[in-house]
Amino acid sequence: MKLELRGITKRFGAVTANEDIDLVIEPGEIHALLGENGAGKSTLMNVLYGLYTADEGHIEIDGVKQNFSGPGDAMAAGIGMVHQHFMLIPVFTVAENVALGHEPTKAFGVIDLVQAKKQVLEISERFGFNIDPDALIEDLPVGAQQRVEIIKALSREAKILVLDEPTAVLTPQETDELMEIMRQLAKSGTSIVFITHKLREVKAVADRITVIRLGKVVGSAKPDAETSELASLMVGREVMLTVNKKPAALGDVVIEVEHVSVLDDRSQKAVNDVSFEVRGGEILALAGVQGNGQTELAEFLLGLRKPLGQKAKVNLNGKEITNKSVREVLESGVGFIPEDRQSDGLVSEFTIAENLMLNSSYKSRFTKGLNINFVARKRIAKELVEQFDVRTPSAETVAHKLSGGNQQKVVVAREMSREVSLLIASQPTRGVDVGSIEFIHEQIIAARDAGKAVILISSELDEVLALADRIAVMYRGKIVGIVEPNTSREDLGKLMAGVTA
Amino acid sequence: MTTPKEIEVKVGFKSPLVMGSIGVLTLVFLGLLGRDGMVAFEISRRTDSLQLPTLDIDSSLLGILSGLAMFALAGFSLSRAIKNLKTPTWVSIVFGAVGVTALLGWLAAEASVPIAFIAGTALVLAVPIILGAMAGIMSERVGITNIAIEGQLLTGAFMAAVVSSITDNFLFGIIAAMVTSALLSMILAIFSIKFLAQQIIVGVVLNVLVIGITNFLYQQWLTEDAQSVNFPGTMDIIKIPVLSDIPILGPVFFENRITVFLAILIVPTIWFVLFKTRMGLRARAVGEHPLAADTVGINVGRTRFWWVTIGGSIAGLGGAALTIGNAGAFGREMSGGFGFIALAVVILGRWNPIYAALAALLFGFSIILRVWANQVSPGIPTDFITMVPYVVTIIAVVGFVGKSRPPKALAVPYVKG
Repeated sequence: MKLELRGITKRFGAVTANEDIDLVIEPGEIHALLGENGAGKSTLMNVLYGLYTADEGHIEIDGVKQNFSGPGDAMAAGIGMVHQHFMLIPVFTVAENVALGHEPTKAFGVIDLVQAKKQVLEISERFGFNIDPDALIEDLPVGAQQRVEIIKALSREAKILVLDEPTAVLTPQETDELMEIMRQLAKSGTSIVFITHKLREVKAVADRITVIRLGKVVGSAKPDAETSELASLMVGREVMLTVNKKPAALGDVVIEVEHVSVLDDRSQKAVNDVSFEVRGGEILALAGVQGNGQTELAEFLLGLRKPLGQKAKVNLNGKEITNKSVREVLESGVGFIPEDRQSDGLVSEFTIAENLMLNSSYKSRFTKGLNINFVARKRIAKELVEQFDVRTPSAETVAHKLSGGNQQKVVVAREMSREVSLLIASQPTRGVDVGSIEFIHEQIIAARDAGKAVILISSELDEVLALADRIAVMYRGKIVGIVEPNTSREDLGKLMAGVTA
Repeated sequence: MTTPKEIEVKVGFKSPLVMGSIGVLTLVFLGLLGRDGMVAFEISRRTDSLQLPTLDIDSSLLGILSGLAMFALAGFSLSRAIKNLKTPTWVSIVFGAVGVTALLGWLAAEASVPIAFIAGTALVLAVPIILGAMAGIMSERVGITNIAIEGQLLTGAFMAAVVSSITDNFLFGIIAAMVTSALLSMILAIFSIKFLAQQIIVGVVLNVLVIGITNFLYQQWLTEDAQSVNFPGTMDIIKIPVLSDIPILGPVFFENRITVFLAILIVPTIWFVLFKTRMGLRARAVGEHPLAADTVGINVGRTRFWWVTIGGSIAGLGGAALTIGNAGAFGREMSGGFGFIALAVVILGRWNPIYAALAALLFGFSIILRVWANQVSPGIPTDFITMVPYVVTIIAVVGFVGKSRPPKALAVPYVKG
């Protein structure tokens, strides 16, 4: 099936999200739609899926003009979509989710669950998905949930599958698995539209690449194009792909962590007897597949979780902070960039200025006695917005109106503008555009060069290799090895899978 | 196979502890310090053709035996807890039954306990609550908070009484009650779905509106001309042949007015539709994740509209049960908080029609218990007796029912992108 988008234009008020976009998807090809966050990729796909109506232009399938008034029409025409935020009902089983909307039924509209399960198993086995049709969605890991979404699309006989930022939530292993699935699907004749901003993935899997910037198609490329060429096409200027950093100038030990074990929300041991230390002027990366205890370790260091047993000990600059409250830990000089900026990093209904003073709401430069010093806040916020390159109309803009990258810059600005000796950065560039990634990386390096200790928690191997001075790999709650940053990807991958030398 | 993550849950010793302490209370206060005198549990009614002998036992002996039985159950629960296993539901149910028996026996020292009368009246009293709760479940399962159950019951009660009186036909009364109540629900539905109004406010406004209108009409019209517009009487009691002769079960379930029979049928029907059919799956999807439902071609607004509306008509039937199914005439604000009890019952029953109906029966039982206790042993403060079922309920909810989870999209308007 050949899909053509002709001159698609979509406006939201005064903002033009898509302008005169032409796109042709050939049968059985993997077509990458490359662009930064906010370039208009998702808008375009929502037009294709019938969730939005285009202001101009039209869609053709095999040369026939289509008129989609809702997702139902697009599905009927053979378009399936795997959304960035999964469209699955957590309390339903896999089979119920897949069947929803086109349920096989017996007499009196009773759902034929046997038939529904059979359909799931059939597709699951054909592509080696390993999905249990009786499992509840909420119990499945994210990677498996995504495969359920793919099954859902395939069970509706989708000939064109749109994957919207599918790797954003996946671990490196799950990403590799997904790319293998994409190749298989393409081989069986399904066309795939792969929306992403990750260059390495595009080069690994795409047959053709279309680059979108600021709502317009700015070029197309073959997957053998140079990475730097693709990057500059996507961002619109030369991009520095490697981070320049001087050799580390090691200072005194800033944080010493000994024999720490922590329970997670389900009362399982998430961190198991972990010990390490970080010196001033050093970046220690905690690498590993997500869900191996990194999150719980970071929350413990901040004082959000209590240690298990009596052996745990944490010293910061020689003073013990093991069982201190979050406020005491922050006051003793710890900055923390949480992994989920939407729920933990920002109050999205607050303005930038309000968010900037969240961790200095008392006895700080933002306050005057018991009151907020509004004049000072305005001035400081303006300075920080400039210094940290937050792209916003003003510092009084509400946080949720900013793009992901700019929201993250607000968090970074808040945590770095305080006097800290230790910075804990958890997934600092997740879901952030290339320009912002560059900037945040520079800031982290600058903090290290200023003599601060940095703990970087990241499941992106690229980021770990670019920034780390030492890499500690976590697997099932333990640190399975602390290695030098010149270790090969392959060896790191083995460590991340729990294979110790 | 990608299997779900294994979760290790600590069961804890809450259940055996609670059971044990209630056992002690029963043993001491209903048994050792209990009341003397024989109590007779009547299995047959005096009017029944088949007369079974009564079960006679000494009141304080019954208390002691019950207390010991409760210890046994608590011990079983303890042995399960040590092995980190949950207390099975049947143990809780048996425990509750033993407790109720001991309480009834204590109240009726030197008297008798008419089992069929108590159970049957509890069911009749519970019907408006059951049907109100069904309206709540149908509405909340699709994501619309329904605070207006009280108003829906009152509307149904009023219309059933007036229309039955005027037309002299109970069927017309029931139809009028259901249709009017459905129309009232449509207001809630339209305001919530189309105008994205705050659902709780709409519900409260509807309640106030209905109370105002019925009070006004009652005073200006029904009291002036009671003979012709508010004198419907109650419907005839239907006896199902053969089945109604079964001891206890017969008189409780098979010898009732049509409203009770309908309630007994409606509860499992809603359960079946909700959990076994396509319609129900789609409705629950709309209540959990409307955007996901929309992306597979389900019309969120239409689904919500019809479930709320049909739910309203069922609450209207519940209202009819108040007047032509029980009292025989309409009285000022006669729903008296049943709608709000139904709201609690929805949550207590975890949005499941069967559990909600059982919870409603508990409330029905507590109402009749108060009335009967007053007659059988006037010395005991009835407020205290009335409290008992609620205390049991709270313990049941905290200890045994577990975490209750409302539909995810409850009270959240769905706005299409």
